[in-house]
Amino acid sequence: MSEQMQQGQEPQPPQDQPKRSRLRKWTRRAFIGAGAAAGGGLVLGVGGVLLAPNRLKYLPPGATPGDGQLGTWIKISPDNLTTVLIPHCEMGQGALTGLGMLLAEELDADWNLVEIQQAPAEDVYANGYIINAFLGEVGFTPPGWLQLPLDFTAFKMADIFGIMTTGGSTSTRGTGAFGMRLAGASARAMLLEAGAEQFGVPVEELGARGSRVTHAGSGRSATYGELAALASTLDLPRRPTLKSREEFVLVGTPRQRADIPSKVVGAAQYGMDVVVPDMLYAAITKAPIPGGQLTSVDQAPARAVAGVREVVLLPDAVAVVADGYWQASQGLAALSPQFTDAGVGGVDSEQIHARHTAAIDAEPIEATLEGARAVTAEYRVPYLHHATMEPMAATARLAEGRLDVWAGTQDPLSTRRVAAEAAELDVEQVTIYNQQLGGGFGRRLPGTYDYVEQAVHVAKAISPRAVKLIWSREEDMQHGYYRPCVHSRFRAALNSMGRPLSWANRFTGSRFGDVGAATPRYGIEEIDVRAVPLPVHLRTGAWRSVAASQHGFFVESFVDELANTAGRDPFEYRRDLLEDEPRHRAVLERAAEMAQWGTALPEGHARGIAIVESFGSIVAHVAEVSVDESGSIRVHRVHSAVDCGLVVNPNGAEAQIQGGVVFGLGAALMHEITVEGGAVAQRNFPQYDMIRLAQAPVVSVSFINSGAPIGGLGEPGVPPVAPAVANAVFALTGQRLRTLPLRLT
Amino acid sequence: MVELTLNGRSVQLDVADGTPLLWAIREQTGLTGTKFGCGIGACGACTVHVGGRAVRSCSVPVESVVGQSVTTIEGLADSPTQLHPVQRAWIEHQVPQCGYCQSGMIMAVAALLESNPAPSDDEIAAAVTNICRCGTYQRIRNAVHSLAPAAEVRNV
Ligand code: FES
Ligand code: FES
Repeated sequence: MSEQMQQGQEPQPPQDQPKRSRLRKWTRRAFIGAGAAAGGGLVLGVGGVLLAPNRLKYLPPGATPGDGQLGTWIKISPDNLTTVLIPHCEMGQGALTGLGMLLAEELDADWNLVEIQQAPAEDVYANGYIINAFLGEVGFTPPGWLQLPLDFTAFKMADIFGIMTTGGSTSTRGTGAFGMRLAGASARAMLLEAGAEQFGVPVEELGARGSRVTHAGSGRSATYGELAALASTLDLPRRPTLKSREEFVLVGTPRQRADIPSKVVGAAQYGMDVVVPDMLYAAITKAPIPGGQLTSVDQAPARAVAGVREVVLLPDAVAVVADGYWQASQGLAALSPQFTDAGVGGVDSEQIHARHTAAIDAEPIEATLEGARAVTAEYRVPYLHHATMEPMAATARLAEGRLDVWAGTQDPLSTRRVAAEAAELDVEQVTIYNQQLGGGFGRRLPGTYDYVEQAVHVAKAISPRAVKLIWSREEDMQHGYYRPCVHSRFRAALNSMGRPLSWANRFTGSRFGDVGAATPRYGIEEIDVRAVPLPVHLRTGAWRSVAASQHGFFVESFVDELANTAGRDPFEYRRDLLEDEPRHRAVLERAAEMAQWGTALPEGHARGIAIVESFGSIVAHVAEVSVDESGSIRVHRVHSAVDCGLVVNPNGAEAQIQGGVVFGLGAALMHEITVEGGAVAQRNFPQYDMIRLAQAPVVSVSFINSGAPIGGLGEPGVPPVAPAVANAVFALTGQRLRTLPLRLT
Repeated sequence: MVELTLNGRSVQLDVADGTPLLWAIREQTGLTGTKFGCGIGACGACTVHVGGRAVRSCSVPVESVVGQSVTTIEGLADSPTQLHPVQRAWIEHQVPQCGYCQSGMIMAVAALLESNPAPSDDEIAAAVTNICRCGTYQRIRNAVHSLAPAAEVRNV
């Protein structure tokens, strides 16, 4: 299978890029070249030496030596260039750079001599194996909350390291940062050992820094490149020493992202951009109602369009294949396919909301603690779409018993399984060429590869030619894996001081119905939070920040209502309730301080505050809003305080929070997927508009390095946005908006 | 067959009338830096320059630009080694995230700066209505301001 990774697919560095554009796709050829892979791939590449956990003793339980389950992490070439291979796809969150920095930090490599490469989709890089083996042997247990830096979704974290269970446990996420660091530290120890051997001095007398081993006593030194060959013959250290955070010199400094240069010259290749010799193009339309099946279609009008080659009927869709995408889409537009309504053709949003209400009614909250002041409220949030900037696209070729697929996915390995199944082939007969992702946000996670499946089916019909299947924006909008619609009902009882004695919450089930995300961190004695399951016919999935995207809004709105009932300042009220949560308290205070909470604002402006923990990070936003003459809510400024434990790359970290605020603001002010006649009603951006420059607030971000384990950054900026804005609107207008998107009446 | 000047070179595109410029460029010339986002002129991912002006190429039939000079993101830089100032500012300010919108964003900004070298935030927002789903707007504004002549003076 491995030989299939080449085919000249390695993108040539574009000529108009600076030479040090350091992100390239890895191909096996890059490593193997003329060199021989010995004993499980120890020596790879021409003159390249592998220093990674690639030794027999690190084999996972049940694996046999030489079966290729262990992968490559670091290569140091004689010219002292360190190559870090990262089994992960870049979606713009800077994870490749961040992970590379963690490894280079422990290796004490010169960052200018480090090249980051992306691993191909091969089981070899299902690095759960590596990490488990590595951790098992070295004897570390990853701390429970340790998470990857710069993560994007918890699910992707699992996928990064090839552990395909959706939902990725925290320890899995933790192994990312941990695994990279261990690999770096091991390699460093081996290089030091090699230096000791070469100089004939005790290893304790040597130092390593900037990709060089130095013996202070004699002034002798050698580059890592010069020592690499010798180092590769040494045993891996059983317990490499990791640096303490105080010793970090690279981590925590702002670094340019490796993937950016190719993105400003149009050279980055996304799934949409793949060109395969002799390929055709396909446009597709699937039954608008989920579960609908194709009953009939007159193919003639499509076949009459110049350039149309084939009409492909799938059980639930029609695809038109043509010489170009435009012709394919014209052919498709000429058709009037008929689909069944799967028995849900009468369902609309109003009915769905009524079912949510009924479901919650069936699970009443018992009024406890009689005599106390009770506060009740009910909130709701709609379905939301990911609306990645790049619509779904995949290219497939089925020829001579082999399937090749080119697509951008958040998990190439599970994509491969989906593709194999669709083609009725073994996974060994399938090669995935993963491309850059024009946004993920959860839409390209395991379980969402319908576009790949469709491309394979179309490729089957026109085999042996390749076909690029492109979803129109309309198709993309109507066939998402939507962030679930949720209703949430609360009842709290306050004591005479206005402090909550009890907090009860019933909310309708989402697929990830997450009681954890709905449980407040405030000091309240009696907390009773329950999910009420409610099946729906729309497909749902993980959406940037997942359950926290809904419950952050509910919990932080409701606690604001409690503060108001108690006649307290919403910031001070929260601060008092967080007396046992010093990290939360510090974040809340930092945000208030940044926003100069309590000071006067221009006439017609008001502030709102919210704090949400998700993915191991705590984020508080203070939003400053006004309402214009037309009644539209305007968000001018957002102050964000973030405790993600440790900031690996401040530059990328800030961008993730800024982006998260914009993402959250779209949901707060604009976005709503509705259902009409069983189908999603929105078709393109005019019905699902986006925040643009004119609506984008100024976002200032401040990080607190609390020393806690590393938390995520891609998602935690999202959840506190909507409640901070809603709370500000309440402060400004006295209207408590309990439904998203926020609309003043 | 339509003939036009693309990135300074004369090209002949073999496409049916009515084909949007976007698809003609992407599929006939191998230049895929110009992106498809919505197909209805609503997102700006497909922005190119036609005669120096920013145009959403998904909504322009190719025959309407016959004989005109079209520039895509691949042709924006003067030479392979000398990036356009907007591209340089984009790297300097680390603007892109996923990057998918950025070809169009850069083309829209480059056209704006030709006519207004020091735009205010409101002027930027009015001229550049492209969508960035990753939310890179703040860095876009900062990068644009860094290119204003006054900003250069300040930096000295
Ligand atoms: S693709 Fe042209 S404006 Fe969206
Ligand atoms: S950078 Fe991803 S859409 Fe703009």
